[in-house]
Amino acid sequence: MTAGPRPANIAELLTHALALEIEASERYADLAEQMKSHNNLRIAKLFGKMADIEKLHVDHIRKMIERHGVKLSEPANYYWTSPEGPETTDPLDLHYLMTPRQALELARHNEARARDYYAHLATDAQDGETRRMAQELAAEEEEHVALIDAWLAKVPETDADWDEDDDPPFLQD
Amino acid sequence: MNETAVALNKPTPADYRSGIKPIWCPGCGDYSVLLEITKALAALELPAAEVAIVSGIGCSSRIPAYSSCYGFHGVHGRALPVATGLKVARPDLTVIATGGDGDGFSIGGNHFLHACRRNVDITYIVMDNQVYGMTKGQASPTTDPDWDSVLTPGGTGIRPFQPLVIALASGANFVARGFAGDPAGTTEMIIEGIKHPGFSFIQILSPCATFRPDQREWRNLVRPAPVPFTTDPSRAANRIMTDDGFNLGILYRGDRPPYESGRKSEPRDIDAIAEEFVL
Repeated sequence: MTAGPRPANIAELLTHALALEIEASERYADLAEQMKSHNNLRIAKLFGKMADIEKLHVDHIRKMIERHGVKLSEPANYYWTSPEGPETTDPLDLHYLMTPRQALELARHNEARARDYYAHLATDAQDGETRRMAQELAAEEEEHVALIDAWLAKVPETDADWDEDDDPPFLQD
Repeated sequence: MNETAVALNKPTPADYRSGIKPIWCPGCGDYSVLLEITKALAALELPAAEVAIVSGIGCSSRIPAYSSCYGFHGVHGRALPVATGLKVARPDLTVIATGGDGDGFSIGGNHFLHACRRNVDITYIVMDNQVYGMTKGQASPTTDPDWDSVLTPGGTGIRPFQPLVIALASGANFVARGFAGDPAGTTEMIIEGIKHPGFSFIQILSPCATFRPDQREWRNLVRPAPVPFTTDPSRAANRIMTDDGFNLGILYRGDRPPYESGRKSEPRDIDAIAEEFVL
């Protein structure tokens, strides 16, 4: 686990936000590829869609950076309080037979972590402007949580035997 | 993150990817290790053309194909002899050997001992999942004796191989244990391993999602080692022998001078090299 000082100003906050969204988007795209190669096309499509949504967030942060005339920080100056970015899916959470509900639950978990991350930064912010922006970003992530909740409401529960494979890899040919 | 690196003219982890999509199982720890290796190379700003990744056979040994660095996907258990030869012939290259526990500690076990002993300046990354995944789930040298499976009912009953302490006893100059699910910590460890002169051995606990789903629990068991690394091999051995296999971090840094061939790495005419091989 890594930890470190919090972003001290708007420039640092936005460079972190950009890194957070790019990492999340790239990871979803990777996960989509993994699922595609294992023929779980429903989940590949879902992760692909999440990657696209995160790309929109990247564009959104980019515009904020432009608006505030922010100069980007050195990559080495990034730090997270978790092993990876607060919105990045842990690849160890995947399963080749995972269901849409499980994939959405992962996405919800990520959005909630991002919300909590920004809320934490807002609490620790050293000036009013940075605090307001961190609160704004936390509110946006909260909206994403609500959107995924609405999505989840339309998705069936995961069956108890979801990971049963008719052709399990344990069998020796 | 990449965008800022590009803006600052720095290499990014993506610069070290070949574009070939990995075909590991979803949930496999090796995806994370690939990312950690590329992050380490980007952090060190090593040109891909000055890095060679050498492997044997097995799931994790596919890594050279997924990297844009020079690569050699070799013979089962023989990553280290190839890596050693390459480093001796081309000391200017950063040479990384990768593989799994079966490749490295079973069929490649003898090479492992002697690579540690020779202390050539290479970094050996073993993705240890305590199982032969590619051949469908047989017990490997690091499998616990009581792992009950279809292929080993009741477990093997055999004491597992202890790679870290064996590396230490054999002369490895840098010994560390990482976890695939700790990208920041493991990336840092790989950076330090590459920078440290001599033979660096890094065991990365890398869960096998398909044959060892129980290893998902590892994320709750791993912890940073309670004390910083030592330069005293006997103290390091004592720590490694008495921990439960889940302490993470750099455990030992030695100061033994690495083996050097004394050969200057200079560009040579390809015809002159070919002539050396004429019978």
